[in-house]
Amino acid sequence: MSELTLSVTPPDTDRVARAARQAARVRRWGWWYQAEWRLFSMKAYLSSVFGWAVLVPLLYVLAMGVGLGALVDGRSGGIDGVPYLTFVAPGLLVSTAVMSFSNEMMFPVMSGFKWQELYFARAATSGSAGQVAIAELVAVTIRSLGESAIFWVVLISLGATSGGLSALMIPIGALSGLALGAPIAAYSATLANEGFQFSMIQRFVLNPMFLFAGTFYPLATMPVYLQWIGWISPMWHGTQLARALSFGLPLSGAEIAFHLGFLIVAAATGCALTIRNFRRRLTK
Amino acid sequence: MPVIEAHALTKTYGELNAVDGIDFEVAPGESFGLLGPNGAGKSTAMRMIGGTSLRTSGTLLVNGLDPETHGPEVRASLGVVPQTDNLDPELKARDNLLMYGRYFGLPYSYLRPKADELLEFAQLTDKAAEKVDNLSGGMKRRLTIARSLINDPSVLLLDEPTTGLDPQARHILWDRLFRLKETGVTLIVTTHFMDEAEQLCDRLVVMDHGRIVAEGSPASLIRQYSTREVLELRFGSERNAALVDRLRGFATRIEALPDRVLLYAEDGEESLAAVRRDGLEPVTSLVRRSSLEDVFLRLTGRSLVE
Repeated sequence: MSELTLSVTPPDTDRVARAARQAARVRRWGWWYQAEWRLFSMKAYLSSVFGWAVLVPLLYVLAMGVGLGALVDGRSGGIDGVPYLTFVAPGLLVSTAVMSFSNEMMFPVMSGFKWQELYFARAATSGSAGQVAIAELVAVTIRSLGESAIFWVVLISLGATSGGLSALMIPIGALSGLALGAPIAAYSATLANEGFQFSMIQRFVLNPMFLFAGTFYPLATMPVYLQWIGWISPMWHGTQLARALSFGLPLSGAEIAFHLGFLIVAAATGCALTIRNFRRRLTK
Repeated sequence: MPVIEAHALTKTYGELNAVDGIDFEVAPGESFGLLGPNGAGKSTAMRMIGGTSLRTSGTLLVNGLDPETHGPEVRASLGVVPQTDNLDPELKARDNLLMYGRYFGLPYSYLRPKADELLEFAQLTDKAAEKVDNLSGGMKRRLTIARSLINDPSVLLLDEPTTGLDPQARHILWDRLFRLKETGVTLIVTTHFMDEAEQLCDRLVVMDHGRIVAEGSPASLIRQYSTREVLELRFGSERNAALVDRLRGFATRIEALPDRVLLYAEDGEESLAAVRRDGLEPVTSLVRRSSLEDVFLRLTGRSLVE
């Protein structure tokens, strides 16, 4: 009798124990397993990502820095005591990062729920709904770090910034991206049907934030009734920090804390809302 | 210990009772079906088993664990084949398997040979390096089933496994599922195809409006709720309903559908002869065995596929 029990029990116990071990590993690392593959699947369009990451800074820097810069420098001898190219470069890095991050949090997130349903596939594994959200945010943050690094190298090679501290513009770019991208991801996760929402975000959120965020001139030159757009734009906060790092724009400790604090709070709130909305949608 | 134990399992969305207090148990190695029309609550019940839909009330144990509190543990030994093939279309077939296995926390040393074995099982070995986008519907379905087996699950949840497939692809799939069952995997299948339920399920529950309206093996359900044979008569859409009263004497039970009249009888040919002797000449007639479709019609007054 006991022999019979023995011959039946081990495989079962084995299975249960193995499942428990796997689950424990996934509870801790599931977000990374998913982020890793999200990054891997981006390789399908890696060449275009890389192409854009090089081309966009080149275009912007040539058009704004060199073209417009010649005019500005000729008239007023630069802005904030530096040549226009040096002034505008950190802003271009940050706003490109924010734009790219935000775009990755619109249609791709909707598709994960709606068209390809990849999020539902992930939620059916040992991973949890919250991990699906975290993986998405982590993967795109890593990609954003990569893009900002390429941008930074382009800026260095054009003499638009110098080495050293300016390398910290890379994490600032990604953090600024997360500060707007995460709230957008939270919103995208609530959309049942693709409508006009994304083009509205593009037109009435991203574009104004880009144009009125002090990217091309100091925000203070704007009338006060327009400056608020910059205050709520992660692009402005990120750009100010990037300028301090790139050419030493004088910022007080309080200003640095304010800009950094804004980005961190916006990013953290956005991430928390994204996790909550993913959970709701994936466990409905 | 049953693999699944559900008691008074309920899920409401606002006013709608998607699953309305159902009880069922599934034994290890059993092939269990949830049969019902669209919207009967089958898929919701399946998702609750995986802990990907939170129940409103009731209790549910999968392998002795509550999927809501022990989601990762429960899903570690669960394979899920959802209604739509949510494969990653950008990745190759084999990479889809590796990726999915990774989500279960499995090491690549285990996953690489396992992926090859499953591609073989799904007859997709020569498509291993093909992007999923380029696979046919039947191949995608088989790949989804292969994917659900990557973690060597003891329970496989199949939600409408063959919907949208051509007959040949369906038979290949059924064959693969049979083999799994032979290895001791517990199958839980939702379907609105009675032939599929008859092929795959040892035991099934018929669901309607979130409730279980009958339970048993396909054969016992047919015995209990239908006759051995069915005579289908068509008199033309105008006359079908008008003739019901006159036909009543020739069958145990009668169902008048818009396009035909169903006469439930032990011997269909004999009933047909009797109808003809009475001077009625149907436009077409057909004698067939009773199916689960008839059981469903009897239980709910509606057809499964509308």
